[in-house]
Amino acid sequence: MSVLVYTENWDGKFKKLSFELVSYAKGVAEMLGTKTTVVSIGNVDEAELAKLGNYGASKILKVEGDNLSSLDNQVFTGIISQAAIKENASVVILSHNNTGKAIAPRLAVKLNAALASGLGKLPLSVDPFTVNKKVFSGKAFADVVLSSDVKVLTLAQNSFELIENGGAAVIETFDAEVGQVKTKVKDIQKQTGKILLNDAEIVVSGGRGMKSPDNWGTIEELAELLEAATACSRPVSDEGWRPHNEHTGQTGKIIAPNLYIAAGISGAIQHLAGVSSSKCIVAINTDKDAPIFEAADYGIVGDALKVLPEFINAVKEIKAK
Amino acid sequence: MKIAVCLGNVPDTTTKVKFVDGATLDKAGIQWIINPWDELALTRAIELKEDAGNAVNSVTAITVGGKDSEPTIRKALAIGADDAIRVDAEPADAFAVASELAEVIKGKDFDIIMCGIESSDYNGSAVGGMLAEILDLPSVSAVSKMNISGNEIELDREIDGGKEVVTVQTPFVAVVQKGIAKEPRIAAMRGIMMARKKPLDVVPSTGISANAEFKSFGLPQPKAPCKMVDPANVAELVSLLQNEAKVL
Ligand SMILES: Cc1cc2nc3c(=O)[nH]c(=O)nc-3n(C[C@H](O)[C@H](O)[C@H](O)COP(=O)(O)OP(=O)(O)OC[C@H]3O[C@@H](n4cnc5c(N)ncnc54)[C@H](O)[C@@H]3O)c2cc1C
Repeated sequence: MSVLVYTENWDGKFKKLSFELVSYAKGVAEMLGTKTTVVSIGNVDEAELAKLGNYGASKILKVEGDNLSSLDNQVFTGIISQAAIKENASVVILSHNNTGKAIAPRLAVKLNAALASGLGKLPLSVDPFTVNKKVFSGKAFADVVLSSDVKVLTLAQNSFELIENGGAAVIETFDAEVGQVKTKVKDIQKQTGKILLNDAEIVVSGGRGMKSPDNWGTIEELAELLEAATACSRPVSDEGWRPHNEHTGQTGKIIAPNLYIAAGISGAIQHLAGVSSSKCIVAINTDKDAPIFEAADYGIVGDALKVLPEFINAVKEIKAK
Repeated sequence: MKIAVCLGNVPDTTTKVKFVDGATLDKAGIQWIINPWDELALTRAIELKEDAGNAVNSVTAITVGGKDSEPTIRKALAIGADDAIRVDAEPADAFAVASELAEVIKGKDFDIIMCGIESSDYNGSAVGGMLAEILDLPSVSAVSKMNISGNEIELDREIDGGKEVVTVQTPFVAVVQKGIAKEPRIAAMRGIMMARKKPLDVVPSTGISANAEFKSFGLPQPKAPCKMVDPANVAELVSLLQNEAKVL
């Protein structure tokens, strides 16, 4: 028996979410009294792979190949399922990011496994295998019992603490059978130099209350100062004030940063669905009855266009100290 | 070319959910809608059909649900689907739904099968991928744009920090997200009238059982009240964030 975790790489590198996944997998493995194996697909060097040992991986199966640099859902599902069978995995864990959402359900079918997705905590018990997950976009929680022999779980980003334990992993090359690649990538367009919304620990977000796209200078300045990502409410992206990849909420990105600053956002239930897992929410709104204050930890009733410049000055002052 | 759009029937996104004995959703007073992502998928499918350059012959809406989900599938017909299928089964979990869908889709020669990336009730992000695996078809997920050129479909796929332009041959499953259509289409009066005459096929369940059981439900803990800071003293807020919340 083992716990298998798939760690995606970005141009051969891992990021915090990879270490969160391995820490989580290690936690599940301890509950089951077993060990954690990682499967890595694509070209990642040994030094990078070795980092995963520190978070609890005992073994790493690396599957390399030039046609594995971009995702083909069937090919990746095939490889991970072969790894799961080889390792006799009873639990397979992936991220709840776009890649994980693409592969995990396929993998569940292939392994005759039940799937529980978007988890933030360790299972409540392993016998029966029970997890607690958010449902109705965070308006409720459910205890879900997975009755199959094998289980596939996906972990929400930024929801599980990193646990370093100084361990080292054995790295093995795994000669998996690689199926035919059917999804051809013609072009890749990447945001460069910006902190990605899903990775960010701090997010500065603006809503329609910011009045005009011309007023986003303060949001960007504050974000830069705090090493934060920028975000917005849906109408702001619908109106083309900001790019679509900044839209947070039920139908946009679901994030869980340490700090979410909402300026001129009313706090509609669909917006909160995407941000309510933030550890700390700050609201700046002219309307003292705006629903955002019910979700917020700290609030200022005031004009965001005036408050944000003062916020920036105050941050500069503490930074200067 | 034939397109199938898989639609879920979910509570309106503004619903304050309640549960009976912490075990089942209290359906009283709930307004039901087409799952928002599925509605966007349907909108894009209809747009593709309307563009005469595409040779799309039909758009079929498919749902798994009891009789009470019929208004939702009728709405899909009113928006512009040509025909509809309802599998008469309670949607127990993602696997059961995907299995039921696979059963009706098999042998119907759909070229593109569209699903939303998530359902707003159980937030599984599972049905589309499971369906593709059961049918042994390629799938592309997080699709935010889709165009047809002959047998080849060109898609934008969202990735961490950007997007990829990918191509795939039909038949395949497109799991779509925001961006796939600009705004969901709403049914016009004429559409609602026409929908009454469009075929809605009800097929029996195959009885495939779920493998995930939603045993109990609970509501989130009420939050501590928001700490209000004087707008004349923004520095105090920054100091609280630094020293009390320890997030700066
Ligand atoms: C199916 C569905 C899905 C949806 N999904 C999403 C989603 O994913 N994300 C999302 O965000 N929305 C979503 N929405 C829309 C949502 O219902 C709200 O309409 C939207 O979130 C409102 O955006 P807003 O807060 O920016 O704008 P508004 O509701 O217009 O609020 C603006 C706020 O700014 C305040 N304000 C005005 N001037 C100032 C000022 N100078 N300084 C400070 N405050 C000021 C006002 O008091 C008000 O509270 C969805 C809706 C539906 C029906």
